[in-house]
Amino acid sequence: MNLLQEVAREQLRTDIPSFRPGDTLRVHVKVREGQRERIQVFEGVVIRRRGSAISATYTVRKISYGVGVERTFPLHSPKVEKIEVMRRGKVRRAKLYYLRGLSGKAARIKEIR
Amino acid sequence: MKGILGRKLGMTQVFSEDGIVIPVTVIEAGPCTVLQIKQSEIDGYEAVQIGFADKKPSRSTKAEQGHAQKANTAAKRYIRELRGVDVQQYEIGQQIKADVFEPGEIVDVIGVSKGKGTAGPIKRHNQARGPMAHGSKYHRGVGSLGSIAANRVFKGQTMAGRMGHEKVTVQNLEIVKVDADRNLLLVKGSVPGPKNSFVTIRTATKSNS
Repeated sequence: MNLLQEVAREQLRTDIPSFRPGDTLRVHVKVREGQRERIQVFEGVVIRRRGSAISATYTVRKISYGVGVERTFPLHSPKVEKIEVMRRGKVRRAKLYYLRGLSGKAARIKEIR
Repeated sequence: MKGILGRKLGMTQVFSEDGIVIPVTVIEAGPCTVLQIKQSEIDGYEAVQIGFADKKPSRSTKAEQGHAQKANTAAKRYIRELRGVDVQQYEIGQQIKADVFEPGEIVDVIGVSKGKGTAGPIKRHNQARGPMAHGSKYHRGVGSLGSIAANRVFKGQTMAGRMGHEKVTVQNLEIVKVDADRNLLLVKGSVPGPKNSFVTIRTATKSNS
């Protein structure tokens, strides 16, 4: 088991800020277009964190042109340039799936001061 | 054709260069010792016999110790022969390390699958289940055993019984990474057997590349 963890440890990132479900993130994703590489920002609310160590992932939800969009990223993905925590939200659940059924004012999350 | 013996450590994942997650099995491969070289003049066929993992002297027989002594090593727990190799390249007592393989090579992995004990025909032979309700009295049992006119059951009829714990070969797995310092091979995909079980890794026999 030790060797297994060592294999995975080399790939772990140390520059991940701490964040929780309910927080608002700006995820800077590297996008490859032919030869060129550019950064695309995906900003939204974290509705889920799951897994541990190398297999951990998180899901960010945003409303884009009136349509809900969710993206799941591996926490240690090298494709993510950086993660910015914009806002800490106060929530009482670990998984915020109830946000999918809400829109507008009802889908707001209180900020931790 | 080349091969190595090893121990399955378990599964994890690695990121490829473009950020794609690859599921890998980590195998502790080697160092293996060449114990014997089978020659066609003496044995009738050509092969190299290699061994992996030392056996305690208290648990090995004199015959095993004597056989290993010829290669100047301790008795081995896992001994297999590799056929189809170029015998000239090997000599008795030679060490085989994980770096015989390179990333990108296609291999077959042979192991003994996890034992499932007595299993019914649904799990063992992928048979269909009967309806569980609406007055059905046929749930998970074995179905028809064949024609009534044969007056007997043919050999090979699929029924319940012991499942698993048999030799399984998984073909055409890609080697993702080789760690020669720690004797590790990372193979894409899953490999038969429980953790800490012995496996044989050899060049794929049916690969196109």
